[in-house]
Amino acid sequence: MLKYSVKRILGMIPLLFVISLIAFMFVHLIPGDPARLIAGTDATIEEIENIREKYGLNQPLYQQYFDYMANLFQGDLGQSIVTGRPVLDMLVERFGPTLSLTLASMAWALIFGLLIGVISAVKRNKWPDHLSMFLAVSGVSIPSFWLGLMMIQLFSVQLGWFPTGGIGGFETYILPSFTLGAGVAAIIARFTRSSLMDVLKEDYIRTGRSKGLTEFKVINRHAVRNALIPVVTMSGLQFGFLLSGSIITETIFSWPGLGRLLINSITARDYPVIQSEILLFSLEFLLINLLVDLLYGFLNPKIRYEEGS
Amino acid sequence: MAEAATQKEEQQEKKVTPTQQFWKSFKKQKVSFAAGIFLLLLFVVAIIGPWIAPYGPQEYDYDNLLSGPSWQHLAGTDDFGRDIFSRILHGAWISLSVGLSSVFIGALLGTILGIISGYFGKWVDSAIMRVMDVLLAFPGMLLAIGIIAILGPGLFNVVMAVAIFSVPVFARIIRSSTLAIKSTLYVEATQSIGSSHFRVIMKHIFPGTVSTLIVYFTMRIGSAILIAAGLSFLGLGADPSTPEWGAMLSNGRDYLNNAPHVTFFPGLAIFLTVLAFNLLGDGLRDALDPKIRD
Repeated sequence: MLKYSVKRILGMIPLLFVISLIAFMFVHLIPGDPARLIAGTDATIEEIENIREKYGLNQPLYQQYFDYMANLFQGDLGQSIVTGRPVLDMLVERFGPTLSLTLASMAWALIFGLLIGVISAVKRNKWPDHLSMFLAVSGVSIPSFWLGLMMIQLFSVQLGWFPTGGIGGFETYILPSFTLGAGVAAIIARFTRSSLMDVLKEDYIRTGRSKGLTEFKVINRHAVRNALIPVVTMSGLQFGFLLSGSIITETIFSWPGLGRLLINSITARDYPVIQSEILLFSLEFLLINLLVDLLYGFLNPKIRYEEGS
Repeated sequence: MAEAATQKEEQQEKKVTPTQQFWKSFKKQKVSFAAGIFLLLLFVVAIIGPWIAPYGPQEYDYDNLLSGPSWQHLAGTDDFGRDIFSRILHGAWISLSVGLSSVFIGALLGTILGIISGYFGKWVDSAIMRVMDVLLAFPGMLLAIGIIAILGPGLFNVVMAVAIFSVPVFARIIRSSTLAIKSTLYVEATQSIGSSHFRVIMKHIFPGTVSTLIVYFTMRIGSAILIAAGLSFLGLGADPSTPEWGAMLSNGRDYLNNAPHVTFFPGLAIFLTVLAFNLLGDGLRDALDPKIRD
């Protein structure tokens, strides 16, 4: 396991390098003078020159990249053009709400996804299966921005049950987490169904039934537990997609997280913030994929030995 | 006599072409078949939309601002009094063409890279696949937003952004199909009689990847339409005055309290279209996959 983990972690280093390079190059890829972009549209020539000096934009590109990385390791991500605050402070502030929303979405997506998937596999080709799978395809197809707005209209405006947006107590999480988690719940349901159907064909299930176990015990004790291994790892991967899905959900529900900050920064052309957000989102995504890989290796010895050797 | 009859039956069975076999199997998937018909009708509507729409996409009716659905305006009107149903008909072409063209570009580049990677192997394979790994290291939506942040908002840039993040998906799938086909006997035989790489790829490898390509192409269109509409919703895609479904939905956000129909109908159009593409993709996969079909 150690050899496999080390190999996976080392394999990430080139990717980390490329991601840092892309994040660094971001400002340089935008047509126009980077110093002018960072200084903002109203900046004077003197201010632009100051920015050029401050960010080392008059240095050769490779030198700029080394400086960028050195600053990054010291936690200096630059300053926001709009607020003038350090970007790191803004990201730290917004990280908590995004993480809590993502966790809440994953929790309900797992509960509903697993439940629907199990019902569907157990009642294969009967109406509960057809209904569940139709719901699952709908869950993948529904635009989250539409679902969110329709829920606000019904549950907040018409019925007044939940607030229309913002972060606060438990009730503020319900609509945003449902909106964000719907697609993932659908994917988990489909995956659970196919995984469980494969397990139900196994010999040990037949043995369980033939020795007189009740169907509930066969499903609960033997089938679901084994079917869960691939589902757990796949759900982990979905966690990464939830983070990027939060961009839209946070915008709809005025959620003070990283996703909304990204969109606000793009609208305001706050390039240092956009640059750092791209870096942060990619790192999170990469880290989650690594954790899922390690978890999968831990749960499935076959993968670990094949890849490790 | 009986033997002759059996032989005749066998011969008839053998005459069934793969296309006929696919068609027979696909017709059994009733929901997917219905989704296919729905999409065909949608394409017709997208083409003739401007002629059958009761009103123009920018036809203002200041006496009917934000009015609900009625016989005069089937899906109601928006804040400028424009007929939402007519705008949905006009926008069908935009949404479908954005989805189709972005996936087409992504599939084209991905297929070329996937075939080159799988067929030539060695350092070519490693180089191409490492670049694809980097693209896959970014969540799709973030990659699209990053590209838009560089290129600027607009429908053309949305198409480019969605195309770029579709490339690695196709490259990976087509590469694995190519690897499987490359190791078959008939490809080895063709290579051994001295056929050029180009001929082997065009005559044997590419045709073998087509069924996989069709399935993923159909399935990706749904997600491409969703992401493109999402970008327009965030104000990064189509111009707000364009009858693009995502932009129309975004316009209605401010009137959610008194005129929810402004957001409801464009959203419903996106949902039904994406649902139809996903159902069609599921059916095609089942009909084209011999393991499931037989």
